[in-house]
Amino acid sequence: MPIVTDSQRSATRTQVRQAITQQKRHLPSIALSVTLLIAVTFTLLTLFSLLARIVTQAIPAFSERGASFLSGTIGSEPDKVGIWPGLFGSFAIGIGVLLIAVPLGIGAAIYLEEYAEQNRLNRFVVVNIRNLAGVPAVIYGVLGLIIFVGWLKPVTNGGTVVAAALTLAILVLPVVIITSMEAIRAVPMGLRDAGYGVGASRWEVTRDHVVPYAMPGILTGTVLALARALGEAAPLIMIGAITGLLPETSLSGKFTAIPMLIYSWSGRPDSSGGNIGWSNAAAGAGLVLLALVLVFNIIGIFLRNHFEAKRVGT
Amino acid sequence: MNGLLAVADLSGDPRRRAHDRRMQRLLGSSAFITIIISALILFVLARGSIDFLKSIGWDLGVLRDSSKAPGWFPRRERFDLITIVMGSVLMGSIAMLVAVPLGLGTAVYLSEFAPTRVRKILKPIVEVLAGIPSVIVGYFALKFIAPNIVDPIFSPDQSRNMVVAGLAIGVLVIPIMASISEDALRAVPSSLREASYGIGARKSTTTIRIVLPAAVSGIVAAFIIATSRAIGETMVAAMAGGRDGSGPRVLDPLEPGLTMTAAMTNAAGGTDQVNSGAPFQVLFFVGLLLFMMTMGLNVIGDRFVQRVRQQY
Repeated sequence: MPIVTDSQRSATRTQVRQAITQQKRHLPSIALSVTLLIAVTFTLLTLFSLLARIVTQAIPAFSERGASFLSGTIGSEPDKVGIWPGLFGSFAIGIGVLLIAVPLGIGAAIYLEEYAEQNRLNRFVVVNIRNLAGVPAVIYGVLGLIIFVGWLKPVTNGGTVVAAALTLAILVLPVVIITSMEAIRAVPMGLRDAGYGVGASRWEVTRDHVVPYAMPGILTGTVLALARALGEAAPLIMIGAITGLLPETSLSGKFTAIPMLIYSWSGRPDSSGGNIGWSNAAAGAGLVLLALVLVFNIIGIFLRNHFEAKRVGT
Repeated sequence: MNGLLAVADLSGDPRRRAHDRRMQRLLGSSAFITIIISALILFVLARGSIDFLKSIGWDLGVLRDSSKAPGWFPRRERFDLITIVMGSVLMGSIAMLVAVPLGLGTAVYLSEFAPTRVRKILKPIVEVLAGIPSVIVGYFALKFIAPNIVDPIFSPDQSRNMVVAGLAIGVLVIPIMASISEDALRAVPSSLREASYGIGARKSTTTIRIVLPAAVSGIVAAFIIATSRAIGETMVAAMAGGRDGSGPRVLDPLEPGLTMTAAMTNAAGGTDQVNSGAPFQVLFFVGLLLFMMTMGLNVIGDRFVQRVRQQY
């Protein structure tokens, strides 16, 4: 008589098979999955309710006012205000960031990745840039208030859009440098070696091979920096952006920007008389700002794809 | 010359070498501008702080209001630092109560559980959230979080209060928490996970007992850097915090409160103040304090990030 009977064997076999394949509920596993899904759902819900709130509140501002909401000037009646001064200010700030922070930032990144030796001074420069990236925006506002509004008054005419553009360019400079450095670091060493091998100088290798190869990453950093500069309001409050009346926009007079309008308008009470309250006007400005930020992101992605396609071709 | 090359022949065209040196100097100077920026920030804050201390006659007792109803009243020359530091810490803590579970949960889901297709959609969405300007989150705080969430649940006396501002700042730092922790989780080598599966551990066990402990320094870094952002956040605190430049010292988070950042914007230009005297100069002093706090947090956070890089 065998030690293990056939019936015992098959019973064990089914038991083992069940243990391996059965969908027995393991409580901690389910609890973890559910918790994670709740966290993700809440994060998404937050984003969507934010977007939904802005869009629904903005609709009256656009449907009632149409293009005059974009071309009108700011004032004290919610159903008559427009965001033109804000658009002008934000546009000028964007140009300033492009002209100042982008060349400076890319230059610094090239130096630190391609030229700088690994010594204490250069390590300190890198650590310092990382720290600058974490300095709160309001502190850059203090810097702008003293340096660009105060010391450089002959150049900027005080609290003007020029001072604002300079301040925000300084604020996003670390972002441009850090993202460009990462892009340049990702360029394969062989590309440089090949260039040096045929006798190119460091600058020639950088200009003709390293920078073009790193361009997608550099552009992404530029776009991120632009988007950040367009959305910042705290430094603008510090250097004296206004939100009351602004009959004419100029480079040498008082200024405002879209985030300043959102800040000011969303704090005003919604005493309903007309169809458009301050919260609608603020949401309208918010929608324009979100659209601008989004457009810059799309441009960035488009350029990145363009350059990447070119890179594969070579 | 007997047909051999001299060293000078190999060094290339002197014009090209000179051009290279010029470019190096040009690029180098743009890198060193960042040092000048840091030095200027420190100088401006330090000089303003000294001016402030001079105009209060180096009487440090002013900075700790010991009257019966202590508070931050710069116009009356009462600068109770505890009021604004506590405001920042309270709102920052509420923000982290929101950002840690949501941000970390999203990170763990993205890195460990999400199928590739879901991840490809979800990650850009989190990045969009990261790009939303803080004034828009401030608007969201005033027009959604306050009337639809905080008012019905807690029914506070005023609908602008520290809970509303704290929750909104939390929304703002969720993406920071999520992206830094996700980087840390993805840096954990898959061999650790495979070893765990190999001895029969479940996915949940592997995640909690193996992956999370291995990524702990990165998660701590995410927490510290997110805290630094939360304390430095200005617009949401100024819009939803509920105090306009001055206020009493309060402990109840359902009361309106004042952060260091909001105190700074108000001192600079929220009101019709002349830009002189202690009520204005105090912004440099608060700025210096804020600068040191966030800088300290960032340096510590960066240490933890470096540790992740060294480990794997």
